Amino acid sequence: MSSIHWFKYSAPSTFYPLAGKLIPWFWALFAGFALAGLWLGLLVAPTDFQQGEGYRIIFVHVGASWMSMFIYLVMAFWAGLGLAFNTRLSGMMAQALAPTGALFAFISLWTGALWGKPMWGAWWVWDARLTSELILLFLYMGFIALTHAIDDTRRADKAGAILALVGVVNVPIIYFSVKWWNTLHQGASVSLTKAPAMASIMLWGMLLCALAMWMYSIAVALMRVRVIILERERHTDWVKELLSSR
Amino acid sequence: MYWNSFSDFIAMGGYGLYVWGSFGVTALVMILEPWIVARQRRTTEQRLARQLRAEAKMEQQP
Repeated sequence: MSSIHWFKYSAPSTFYPLAGKLIPWFWALFAGFALAGLWLGLLVAPTDFQQGEGYRIIFVHVGASWMSMFIYLVMAFWAGLGLAFNTRLSGMMAQALAPTGALFAFISLWTGALWGKPMWGAWWVWDARLTSELILLFLYMGFIALTHAIDDTRRADKAGAILALVGVVNVPIIYFSVKWWNTLHQGASVSLTKAPAMASIMLWGMLLCALAMWMYSIAVALMRVRVIILERERHTDWVKELLSSR
Repeated sequence: MYWNSFSDFIAMGGYGLYVWGSFGVTALVMILEPWIVARQRRTTEQRLARQLRAEAKMEQQP
């Protein structure tokens, strides 16, 4: 392990080409997982005895909801790292993740509304799970708005990092909301402590779709961080060289 | 294969609007986002290259 110098890649100039090499691999993994997940979820999995075919929304809803929470944790991790060690790349990573996380929070709410209408009879209810997920979307939007409103990138990163870290408290609230409060939203179908409460074909379809979304998130965040690196490092020699060579 | 016909597949047992509304918007977002980022990359590269050329020109002038 010691032969790999991880810290080498914390420099934008070395991370930029590495990210460029990794992106096609994550797109390939995304395509593979997405095809397998959609095939299982839409073509193979049988109907649900309670919800009929309407349950198939689960194949996009759960993955998107997981990613919206997970990306927030990763974003807050990078933001915190940047705040503690003043590393340049950390702030850029947090910036690159926020829009993707916000989009997954939106997809989670959108598919949830389309699932809630036929099953509960309402597009939206002010339920603990739904409300805390909406707050997550607002936290992402607040992070993006705040960091874009400050011209000095160092200050923008710092302010954003504090917002991201304060907002972390919302993630366990979303996750445990179905346990802590009486909500309309069903409990977790999958957890680490007990056997999954669904048929294995459905479970595999759902996990493959979630993995596809994970690979997508990595690919698109790496694409975005490369744009941010170019923008912020435009005065460095390596970026000038890169630009003049094209 | 679970479905008997293509129209069964589209109808989704009466939940077609909800199921396809979910998958459709998800697909749309997951196509548009990388497309926008790729376009951002092209425009950023072009703009920075243009600035660089302009700066180089400024330095050449006495």
